[in-house]
Amino acid sequence: MRRRTLLAGALAAAPVAAGAATGCTAGGAASAQGAGGRVTISYGMWDPLQVAGMEKIIKAFEAEHPKISVKIQVTPFTSYWTTLKTAMRGGSAPDVFWMNAVNLRLYASEGVLEPLDPYIERDGFDMGVHPPELLRMYTHGGTRYAMPKDFDTIGLWYNKELFDKAGINYPDESWTWDTVRDAAAELTDPRSGVHGIAAEMSRQYTYYNTIAQAGGYVLRDGRSGFADPRTIDGLRFWTDLIDRGRSPSQSAMTDTRGRQLYLSERVAMNYDLSAMASQMYAEPAIKDHGGVAVLPKGRERATTIHGLAAAISGKSPNTEAAWQFVKFLGSRKAAEIQAREGVTISSYEGTQKTWIESMPEFDLKVFTDMLDYAVPYPASKHTAVWENLQPQLLGGPFTGKGGIEEAARTLARQMDLALEQEK
Amino acid sequence: MAVFPSTAAAGQAERRSHGTGAGTGTGTRRGAGANGGRGGRPRSQRAAYLFIAPIALGFLVFYIWPLLETFWFSFTTFGAFGGNSWVGGENYERVVRDVTVGKALGNTLLYMVMGLMTLPVAIVLADLMNRRGLRGVPVYRTLYFMPFVTMPAAVGLVWNWLYNGDFGMVNEALSWIGVDGRYWISDPSTAVYAIGVVMIWSHVGYYLIIFTAGIKAIPRDYYEAAEIDGAGPVRRFFRITLPLLSPSIFFASVICVINSLQQFDLIFVMMSPENPALGETQSIVTLFFKWAFDENSQGAAAALAFLLMLLIAALTYVQFRLQKRWVHYA
Repeated sequence: MRRRTLLAGALAAAPVAAGAATGCTAGGAASAQGAGGRVTISYGMWDPLQVAGMEKIIKAFEAEHPKISVKIQVTPFTSYWTTLKTAMRGGSAPDVFWMNAVNLRLYASEGVLEPLDPYIERDGFDMGVHPPELLRMYTHGGTRYAMPKDFDTIGLWYNKELFDKAGINYPDESWTWDTVRDAAAELTDPRSGVHGIAAEMSRQYTYYNTIAQAGGYVLRDGRSGFADPRTIDGLRFWTDLIDRGRSPSQSAMTDTRGRQLYLSERVAMNYDLSAMASQMYAEPAIKDHGGVAVLPKGRERATTIHGLAAAISGKSPNTEAAWQFVKFLGSRKAAEIQAREGVTISSYEGTQKTWIESMPEFDLKVFTDMLDYAVPYPASKHTAVWENLQPQLLGGPFTGKGGIEEAARTLARQMDLALEQEK
Repeated sequence: MAVFPSTAAAGQAERRSHGTGAGTGTGTRRGAGANGGRGGRPRSQRAAYLFIAPIALGFLVFYIWPLLETFWFSFTTFGAFGGNSWVGGENYERVVRDVTVGKALGNTLLYMVMGLMTLPVAIVLADLMNRRGLRGVPVYRTLYFMPFVTMPAAVGLVWNWLYNGDFGMVNEALSWIGVDGRYWISDPSTAVYAIGVVMIWSHVGYYLIIFTAGIKAIPRDYYEAAEIDGAGPVRRFFRITLPLLSPSIFFASVICVINSLQQFDLIFVMMSPENPALGETQSIVTLFFKWAFDENSQGAAAALAFLLMLLIAALTYVQFRLQKRWVHYA
């Protein structure tokens, strides 16, 4: 059984599937009665919105591999990592599970993930079909530990109706930070309770992007970049907008998030994730007159890229079956099913078009256009430790209390201490 | 409550103080002396030990053992996926060096002060509720007690809605009297007090019950005699009720200090991770949780928990020392 499926995988699956499909529906039914040599592997994930699409992918996979069946285990994100860690200790972790950049280094360095390199080389699987930034994110110490499945970049979402009312042109590639500032000023209308922009204190959506655009950095060679004057420029871009009243303060946006403000048309611009497109699409008003553009340029062009990947538990007794599944997840076929579902952008090169075309009202191409200058989401071994410091120390300035320089420098000192502890 | 190792100390103090205060006046000291069993036979002594055994065993297993274990863990570092190794005093060094600890300690003490403010409120309410001729006392008592038996998570969620800066009822009510509301729990300057209010609100019922029992135990004759001597209600309250209630107050204050130093659930529920006021409201125990479960440094978290236990033990000791000055056992 293995020989045959290995071949199928090496050919990147697409043409094989059609032929295999007929023979397999019957096979699947028969083996449900527990035929010998059949293995069941579990697949841990956290997003309930993706379950339907995943089930379709699993069906296609099981059709090709009649002796492997896959069971989904959904754990809400808030408890996903603690549950997974505990399950790892107890030996009951899923065979294959979702991994993110924040946790990869910790899991990889503790040796609880199955290294994928031997399998990739044996099967000659071409990893080059996934964006290099993503592959780098899931490589630790020169070894690849997870198979990318999708990616996210950040775009500038805007409300055409509010722009029309203020008589401003819609955002496009020509926009810079100054254009954003001017437009935000024009768009802010205290009488109708509308703000120009939502300057939310968010790593991935807001300030990691502007830090890179300002030429600063969050983490480089194991040192914090928060004391760098350029990094501070990237932060100040947001706090200035709050100080000038162009955005609700972070206090207001804790009670009602920036995304909700955008969806309820109370802010004209919002930096948000590509994966949120389907949620925006579901909102009639936003579907009608919402738009999206590439992120405006600071000193440089940049957007944060992050994506999920599938990793194999080092303690799994069925690593070979797990690899077959992971390989399938990284294939064009799985990527296309995922893209058709419209939930998120598949990372497999060339399958993004399906996703872009799934919501023709939005110019979703901007998200893939930005891949050329995408900056990977920064992470170290214990990323959560220094990430936790950020809302605590930046909170004051983001509520309009000022003092962003000082807060950023304190953050840098604390973050360096945390990074030192990692060694 | 027994989720955190530090409750070992809490349990201990609670147990002790139950003896001194709960009976409001009938102190255990005397009780213990009376049936102290000096002349008891070996057989009856054996029976006594048998009766003590279950609780003593439970105490050893659930309080003393975790306490010792926590102490041991505080000198080790944990691998993310099991196994720990000795690191000496490194964890304690981190506790001393980390700025968030100082901040959390300050907040925790602030919670303690706010928690103690529950007591006067409860005393006054208890006194009012014991006025002769007042109707519907059981209803009031139930109303006040209800928040205490409600899950803290539910309390936190409901108050989050009340406090919402845009559509919350608190701001709505304030607008009726012309006051401009704010974002109570996401404004760093008000968040800690907003949580304090919820804390007081949800605990007042518990102390109210204790004080009501205490007041009921005060003989009516004292009041009648005072009335005949011409003492007004205020004077009666300060000269009779308060002094004779002091054993209950002592018990309540010990419990209250311990509870509010362990403040966790409300903060955890009410403060989302992106809340800019998070740092201003963090308590020692929420910090403990974060270190142990978010950041994977269980060793340092154990050190923090152990220090909190020492703090609680010290404050409880001080309270027991001070009680001679103001607690009257009638």
